[in-house]
Amino acid sequence: MPDETPRIPAQRDLAVLEAGLDALETTRTPRSEPLRRLLRALLPPVLAAAALLGLWDVLVLARVKPGWVLPGPGDVYDALLGDWSRYGIGDALSGSISRAVIGFSASVLLGTVIGLAAAGSRPLRAAVSPLLSGLQNLPSVAWVPIAIMWFGITPATIYTVMLLGAVPSVAIGLIDGIDQVPPIYRRVGGNLGARGLVLVRRVLLPAALPAYVSGLKQGWAFSWRSLMAAELIAVSPTLGPGIGQTLELARENQDMALAFATVLLILGLGVLVNLAAFGPVERRLRHRRGLERA
Amino acid sequence: MTTSDFLERAAPSALAEAAAVAPAPAVRLEGVCKSFGRATAPVLDDINLDVAAGELLCVLGASGCGKSTLLNLIAGLDRQTGGRITVDGGHAALMFQESALFPWLTAAGNVELALRLRKVPKAERRTEAKRLLSLVRLDGAADKRVHELSGGMRQRVAMARALAQNSAVLLMDEPFAALDAITRDVLHEELVSLWDGNARAGRPLAIVFVTHNVREAVRLGQRVVLLSSRPGRVAREWTVDMPQPRRIEDTGVAGLAAEITAELRREISRHA
Repeated sequence: MPDETPRIPAQRDLAVLEAGLDALETTRTPRSEPLRRLLRALLPPVLAAAALLGLWDVLVLARVKPGWVLPGPGDVYDALLGDWSRYGIGDALSGSISRAVIGFSASVLLGTVIGLAAAGSRPLRAAVSPLLSGLQNLPSVAWVPIAIMWFGITPATIYTVMLLGAVPSVAIGLIDGIDQVPPIYRRVGGNLGARGLVLVRRVLLPAALPAYVSGLKQGWAFSWRSLMAAELIAVSPTLGPGIGQTLELARENQDMALAFATVLLILGLGVLVNLAAFGPVERRLRHRRGLERA
Repeated sequence: MTTSDFLERAAPSALAEAAAVAPAPAVRLEGVCKSFGRATAPVLDDINLDVAAGELLCVLGASGCGKSTLLNLIAGLDRQTGGRITVDGGHAALMFQESALFPWLTAAGNVELALRLRKVPKAERRTEAKRLLSLVRLDGAADKRVHELSGGMRQRVAMARALAQNSAVLLMDEPFAALDAITRDVLHEELVSLWDGNARAGRPLAIVFVTHNVREAVRLGQRVVLLSSRPGRVAREWTVDMPQPRRIEDTGVAGLAAEITAELRREISRHA
């Protein structure tokens, strides 16, 4: 329906007055140019990594330890290039990554279902929450022997360890997120006519999203760790290659350079996922909700 | 029926006749009681109050008088322990001191959510949200996020969201208490102009405006109800016959406010 009210002078005054107030009270935070922002975000960690690399090189050059105990950055780089095809590092990487994707996806699915169920019912939440926090504190590597006894050295073992490691984080993130929804949002949602599942979908879940994403991020870190722990211990030709198995191979061959190279790969992959996937999602969420630190 | 029609009919000379033909009140409270737990004194005790269709009623009281509880009961967010509450159309829109806008949505998105939950077809939501935002003169801020808006703008979006609920009753719980005096003054004008616009458009909007600010109550209300504290009862009420638009610095407003403040102080002193 169009606004039929004639604009009497008093109303026009009010409009101008309001426009003035709005202009005065809305602070425009100037965003610095993209290049500067990128530089400011990237420079400190890159410098820190470079310093660490320098320190490492200095220690090696000073021969604090023999080369087979502490290989230099160059040796590690050579090992990575030289052994890439010899030890099938590419295959190992793709094997681990595909396990990580499957295991993490399953964890997200299961953790979300548990989290939703627990968030919807207070008694269930009271029952499940301590259990989940307990599980979250238990290093998932502790499950490896049990999983091996249950399933032998099979993919099932690896996925079991990953799930036990990551599901609690995902579920707790979601439960905490829904627990922390300001009560006034529920009241507003209720007043607007949102009940039951509609309230969950339109109000509670969107409000819980930042905590849920934090849970996912932690869940990813835990599944990646659990995967490496499982791969290190569960080595078998039937299982196919993995980066954890490569590390175990390096230990058997007393190949310190390869061991370092593998560790760097594991580290690098974990960081890459955080930088490329979770980082931008979290930044965007915070930006849209005005949660950024000034 | 517009507010002015109703007021004319309700003029003292024709009071009996008006009672016979008066439209159903927007809100009717009959002997409403509310207590939390058995041991404590009731928060609200035997409240009897009619809010006429299209009336702007201010409810005033010190802390602990159960003002917010009263609104929660009318809004259906809480159940009274005794008495009856009837609301025209069965539903009242509610606004708080905080805008309580959802930060994951834009200004327009917040208004559109209210429309969606009212089952307004998708095709109409966008234009209807635009229209409501333009009523509060925020056409330009439709795509802004909540954190990009000032406190006053947020309350105006909250007003547009409340209007989107299309209720005949709007409950406001100290909606301007957290704003600076200049912005509050402007929003008083905005609220009266919206209320007036609704009446002119033949959709009278009854407003129950809860505040602890006496001048604000006199500035806005056609009627001011003073609640006593612990237990909350209707202590007294005043009819404000000064025409709108009023200003908060009008001598008439100040005079009546002084009278009400004196009564309020007496009421508070009883608890010493």
